[in-house]
Amino acid sequence: MSAGVREVNTRAFATFATARPGAVLAGIVLGLVALAAFFAPLIAPQDPFDLAGFDLLDAELPPIWQEGSDPRFMVGTDAQGRDLFSAILYGTRISLLVGLLAVAIQAALGVSLGLLAGYFGGRVDSLVTRLADIQLSLSTLMMAIIAMALVRAGLGGEALSRLAVPLLVIVIGLAEWPIFARTARAATLVETSKDYIRAARALGGSDLAIVHRHILPNILSPLVVIATTQVAGAIMAEAALSFLGLGMPVTKPSLGTLIRSGYDLMFAGTWWVTVLPGLMLIGLLISINVLGDALRDWLDPRARGR
Amino acid sequence: MKAFLSGAAFIGGRLLQALLVMLAILVIAFAVRQSLGDPLREIMGQAVPESERAELRRQLGLDAPWPVQLAGYLSRAATGDLGTSIIYKKPTVEVVLAKFPASFELVLGASLVVLLLAVPGGVYCAVRPQTFRARLILGLSVLGISVPVFLTGIFLITVFAVWLDWLPAFGRGQTIDLGVWQTGLLTRDGLAHLVLPALTLSSIMLPLFIRLVRGAMLDELGHDYVRTARAKGASPLRVWTVHALRNALLPLVAVGGLQVGTLIAYTLLTETVFQWPGMGFLFLEAVTRADIPLITTYLVLVGLLFVIVNTLVDLLSLALDPRVSLEGAR
Repeated sequence: MSAGVREVNTRAFATFATARPGAVLAGIVLGLVALAAFFAPLIAPQDPFDLAGFDLLDAELPPIWQEGSDPRFMVGTDAQGRDLFSAILYGTRISLLVGLLAVAIQAALGVSLGLLAGYFGGRVDSLVTRLADIQLSLSTLMMAIIAMALVRAGLGGEALSRLAVPLLVIVIGLAEWPIFARTARAATLVETSKDYIRAARALGGSDLAIVHRHILPNILSPLVVIATTQVAGAIMAEAALSFLGLGMPVTKPSLGTLIRSGYDLMFAGTWWVTVLPGLMLIGLLISINVLGDALRDWLDPRARGR
Repeated sequence: MKAFLSGAAFIGGRLLQALLVMLAILVIAFAVRQSLGDPLREIMGQAVPESERAELRRQLGLDAPWPVQLAGYLSRAATGDLGTSIIYKKPTVEVVLAKFPASFELVLGASLVVLLLAVPGGVYCAVRPQTFRARLILGLSVLGISVPVFLTGIFLITVFAVWLDWLPAFGRGQTIDLGVWQTGLLTRDGLAHLVLPALTLSSIMLPLFIRLVRGAMLDELGHDYVRTARAKGASPLRVWTVHALRNALLPLVAVGGLQVGTLIAYTLLTETVFQWPGMGFLFLEAVTRADIPLITTYLVLVGLLFVIVNTLVDLLSLALDPRVSLEGAR
C-alpha cells in the first residue's frame, strides 16, 4: 500500500513540478547555495575570518574577467585583500545559520504558545493572543534595531562583534514568534473540535499526549509554509542589521556586512564588493520566497491563486 | 445618545491607553539611561578626579534612590526636557526634532508614491485578475518583497545617478529654512534629491499595499451592493471607484497604521544608503558614539510618534465606520 501511495505522490509531484518550473529552479539554486555554504571550509580557497591570512597588497583586485585581476582571486578582493569568493561563501553560511536558528526559536516559542492557547482556550488563549498583538504592532525590524543598538552602545563594538551571532539569533528569534503562534492557534482550534480528539480524551489520553501525538502532526503543513518565508525574513533582517553596522562585524562579515563595507568604495569603481554579495543575497531570498509560495500551493491547494 | 456615550468612552479609553504606553516607554528609557549612561560624562567629560565627581553627583541628586530620580526624569520629560546630548552639547529633544523635517518629507514622498501606484495597481489586479498585466504586477511585487531595501537604493543610485546622471544620489540638496521647519520641497534641487530615496522607501511598502488593495477590492466586489449598483446601470468604472474602492480603503487605514514601526525601520535603512540627514541617520551616529541621552530621546520620540499615529488611526476608523471600532472596544 505504501508503495502505491508513494507512486501517486511522485506522479503528483511531477505534475506539480512541470506546472511550476520556477519553483524547481529555485529549489536547485537553493540546494546548491546551501551545499556550498555548508561545505565552505572545504571549498573556499581562503579563511576570510583569519585577518593574518590576507595581504593588503592584494586589496581591491577586480574579478578575473576585468583588467588588472589576479588569477588567485576569482571574483576579486575587498579593501583588506580578502578573497571575495571565500567571503561570500562564509557570509552565506552565516546568513543561513542565523536565519535557520532564529526561525527555530520563533517556531519553538510560537508553536508551543499557539498550541497552549488553542488547546486550553480561556484565559491562556486571551493572554497569548494579547501578547501576540502587542508584539506584532511593534514592528520586528525596529525592535531588533533598537535591541542591537542598545547592546552596541552599552557594551561597545568590541563585545558586539564577539557576541554577534548568538545576539542576532536571539533578537531576530524572539521578534516574530506571534506569526507562528497565530497559525498554530487557529489550526489547533480547528483540530481540537474534531471528533477524534474528543475520542482520544474520552479514552483517557493525557493532554500532553493528545497535543503531541494527534494535534501537532495535523497542523504541521501550514507551519512549514510559514517557516519557509520566515527564514527569508530572518535572513533579510540579519542583512539589514549588518548593513546598518549593528550586526556581524567586518572581521566576520556576513553578506550584509560585505555589502556595507563595499558600499563606501562602490562609486570609486570597486563595485564587486557590494554587487556580488548583493546578488547572492537577492538570489537566496528570491529562491526561498518562490519555494515558499510553491510549498503553500502544494500543501494547501485551497490557497492557490491568493 | 447611547451611541455617542459609548463613542466618547471609546475615545477616552483610547487616550488613556496612549498615555499609559508613553509612560511605559519613558520608564524603559529611564532604565536604559540608568544602566548604560553615566550622566556625569555628559557634563564634565572623563578627565575629572573622583572626589569632584562624587561632589557633583551629590549636588545633582544622582546619589538619590532610583524612584526619586525616576520621578525627576518623568517630571522633566513632561516639560520636554530629556537630557543633553554628549556629541552636540545641546538639549537632545532639540537635536532630534531638528532632523524631523528631513525624515518626514522622505516618508511623505514615499507615501505619495505608494498611494499613486498601489491603489490603481491593486484595483486593476482585482478587477482584471487574469490579464498578463495583473500577473506582472503581482510577480513584480514578489520580487519587491525579496529585495532588501538597501539594495534597491544602491541599484537606483547606480542606474539613475551614476550611469544616467539624471538625479542626485546623496543628501537633501538645497533646503529653505521656514523658521522651525527646514524644507527641501520648495526648491528644484531639494525635490530632485528626494526622488530616489522616496522611490526606494516606497518599494518596500508597495508590494504589501498592492496586495492589500487587491484583497480588499476582491472582497468588496463579491458583495450584493456591487451587483445592485451594476444592475442599476452604473458604469463599471463608477462601481469600482465610487462604490467598491471606498469601502475597500477602510481596512487599509487600520493596516497602514500598523505599518508605522516598520516604516520607521525602513526609513533608517534608506537614510543610511542615501546619507539623508534625518532622524534615523542621527540615531545611528548616536549609537556609534554611545551618546546614551540622544539614543534614549530618539526612542522616546519615535515611541511618541508611534503612539500618536496608532491613536489617530483608531479614532479615524471610528469616524469612518462606527461599527468596527466599537465592536473592537467592547
